[in-house]
Amino acid sequence: MNLNEWIKNNTMHHSRFWDLKKLVKEKEEQGLKISLCLPTLNEEKTIGKEIVMFKSELVDRYPLLDEIAVIDSGSVDNTREIAATFGADVYLSAEILPQYGEKKGKGENLWKAVYELNGDIIVYVDADIKNIHPRFVYGLVAPLIYRPEVHYVKAFYDRPLAFSQGVRPSGGGRVTEILTRPLFSLFFPDLTGLIQPLSGEYAARREVLESIPFPIGYGVETSHLIDIYEKWGMEAIAQVDLDQRVHRNQETRDLGKMAFGILRAFLFRAEAFGVIGELPELNTLLRQFQAKEETFEQVVHEIVEEERPPMIELPEYREKFGIKG
Amino acid sequence: MKNKFNDISEILELVPTLPDQLMSIQETLIANLIMLGEIPAPTFEESARVKLYLQRLVESGLENVSTDEAGNGVGILRGKDPERNILLVAHADSVYTDKADHTLSVYADEITGPGISDNSLGMAVLTTLPTILNHLGLELNSNLILLSSTKGLGRGNLDGLRFFMENNDIPFDAGICVEGAQLGRLSYAAEGMFRGHISCRIPEELDWKMAGQHSAIIAINDIVNRILEIPLPRRPRTTVVLGAIRGGKSYNVMATHSSLRFEVRSESAEMVESIRAKIEEIIAHVTATHNAEFEFNVVSFREPGGIDIGHPLVKSCRQIMDTLGMETAIRPSMSEVSELISRGLPSITLGITEVSNLHDLNETIQIKPIYTGLAQLLAVLLAIDGGFCNEPE
Repeated sequence: MNLNEWIKNNTMHHSRFWDLKKLVKEKEEQGLKISLCLPTLNEEKTIGKEIVMFKSELVDRYPLLDEIAVIDSGSVDNTREIAATFGADVYLSAEILPQYGEKKGKGENLWKAVYELNGDIIVYVDADIKNIHPRFVYGLVAPLIYRPEVHYVKAFYDRPLAFSQGVRPSGGGRVTEILTRPLFSLFFPDLTGLIQPLSGEYAARREVLESIPFPIGYGVETSHLIDIYEKWGMEAIAQVDLDQRVHRNQETRDLGKMAFGILRAFLFRAEAFGVIGELPELNTLLRQFQAKEETFEQVVHEIVEEERPPMIELPEYREKFGIKG
Repeated sequence: MKNKFNDISEILELVPTLPDQLMSIQETLIANLIMLGEIPAPTFEESARVKLYLQRLVESGLENVSTDEAGNGVGILRGKDPERNILLVAHADSVYTDKADHTLSVYADEITGPGISDNSLGMAVLTTLPTILNHLGLELNSNLILLSSTKGLGRGNLDGLRFFMENNDIPFDAGICVEGAQLGRLSYAAEGMFRGHISCRIPEELDWKMAGQHSAIIAINDIVNRILEIPLPRRPRTTVVLGAIRGGKSYNVMATHSSLRFEVRSESAEMVESIRAKIEEIIAHVTATHNAEFEFNVVSFREPGGIDIGHPLVKSCRQIMDTLGMETAIRPSMSEVSELISRGLPSITLGITEVSNLHDLNETIQIKPIYTGLAQLLAVLLAIDGGFCNEPE
C-alpha cells in the first residue's frame, strides 16, 4: 500500500460511526471486551465530566465499554475521589505490579493498564479534555471493531470553522511539525501519513499493547508508532478525525522538555531498528535559559526516557491472562 | 414500584424512599446536563440546544417528537389513559451569548458553569424523565407532554410558550414548570408585571459649553427620582425594581445617550396600569425640561392571577415537600407558570436543587439535593396522575 492509498483508506471521520446500536451489536457478536483507561495526574477539573459522559453514554445507554478505569500517578487534588464518586475503577499506579517499582510518567500508567485492565481492546483518553464527548471513545474503537486488519487507531483533530479556499494547512501541534514530522520524513517516511502522531488518544488491541515496550515519559507515542509500523506495517494503523479538542495549552518551555524526551526515544528506536548507526551515549540533561535582570542563567532538567518491557515478558502478566509457553 | 395509589397518603409513604432510588440515574442526568448546557442557547437562538433535546426524546421512544414555528421542542410520553394530559415545561433559553465559555466543570459534589441552573438543569430533568420513570417501573395514566420552550427570558417575553399554548388543542389537567433553582421553591401565582425600557437622547448639536447642564445622564436621573416618588401601596403589594441603567461615554464627554430598564410588579392589574400611566406622564414632563428625546417601551407584560393556597395541587405539593424535609419557599413567579395560570391551567413551578452564584458565569448547583428535587417532582406527578390534585367539582 503506498502512502496516498493508506491516507485515503485508513483516515476516517468519527461521524462514520454514529450508529452506536450497530457498533455495540457488532462488538457483542465478536465477543469483544473493551476497556477505557484514563491516565491522570491532578485532573480534578475535568475527570468527573469525562467519566459521567462515558458511563452514561457508553456503558448505561449503549454498552460499548466494559470497564472505565482511572490510573493515577499520585494526584494531590481530588482526582481519585471524584473519579470514584462517578463510578470509575480507580487505581494508584504505584499499587499495580508494585514489585516492579514506581516510575513517574504517563507511559508508566499506560503500561500498567495493560496488566490491570481486562479488555481485548484498550482505549486511552487523556483526562484533560474540556469538551468531552462520547466520540472520543467510539470514534477510536469503531475501526478496530469493523476492520480486523486494523490494530491501532490514533486520534487527530481537525475542524476548521471557516476557510475561504479549497486547500488549507492541516497537521499537528508545534512539536509534531517542528520535530516529529521532520524526523519521520527523514527516517520513517510512511509514518508521516499520521496527521497528529503525538495525540494522546488512541485505541489498540491487547496483542499489540502487550508486545511492545513502553517508554514511561514523553516518547511513548512516537516509540509505539515506530514499533507497530516495524512489526505490523502501516495496514495495522488507522487514524480518526474527532473534530475539535479543547485542552490546556502548554508553554513553549514545556514543549522543549517534551521534544527532548521524544528525540531520545526516537533515536533509541532508530538505532534498534538499524535505521541509523550506533549512537554515542546520549545526555539526559536538557538546558534552558532564564534571565534575572541582566544576568542569564541556565536551568537544567534531567529527562530520562526509561522504558518498560513488553508486558508479555512479565510472568505475572502471563499468569493473569493464561498465556502459556 | 407500586403503580396504583388510592390517596395522597400512599404517595407520601413512598416519597422518602425515592431519593436513594434515584441516585442510580446520576450519570444519565449529568451527561444530559453537560451536553445540553454546553450548547449556547441565548434567547431567540435556542435551536441547537432544542435539537439535542429532541434527539434524546426520540432515543427514549417518545411520540410526536417535534418542533414548531416558535422553535419549541416537544414530545409525548404516552400514559394509559389517552384523555389525561400533564404538561411539563422547562425553558430552553439562557442569558448567555455564544461568546461565553459554556464549559461545565463537574466536581464530586457540585457542577459549575453559566446557566447551569437557569435552566440547563430543568431541561436535563425533562430529558431524563422518561429514563427515570422507566428505571422505577412507573407507568402513569396521564400522557406527559414534555415541552422545552423558547423565547422565555427578557424580550422573549414567554413568546415560545405562548405560541405553544395558543396553537395546540391538548386539554391539559395541570402544568408543572421545572427550574434548576431553588429546591423548595413553590410558585402557583403570578403578580401583575410589566418591564419597561426608557431610552434618552440629547441632540448632539447642543453647545458643548452647556454639557454641565444638558446631559442624558441628568435627564434619566430626573426620571429615576420621579419614579421613586410614585407612592406605592402596601396592599395590594406593589414594587418597582430599577434593574439596569446605562449612559455616557467617558469622563469629560457630554452624555448624549442613556437608558433605564425597570420592572413594576403588583398583585393588582389596575395598580400596574396606573403606574405605567404615571411613568408616561413623568416622561412627558422631563422631555420638556431637559430638551431630551425619550422613548418608552413596555418589553414584557403579565396579568396577575393564580390558584389559591388551598387548591389541592398546592396542598399536595406542600405535603410532599414537608415529607421530604424541604423548607418551602412560596413566592409568585413571573416566568412560565404565569403564562399557564393566565390561561386557567392549575400550574406550579418547582425547583430541583440548591444553587449558588445564580446568574454568574460560575453558577453552581449541588448534586446531592437533586435527588430530593427529583423525588418531589415524581411525587407531584403521581399525585396529579392519581387525581388527588383536582378541585372538588
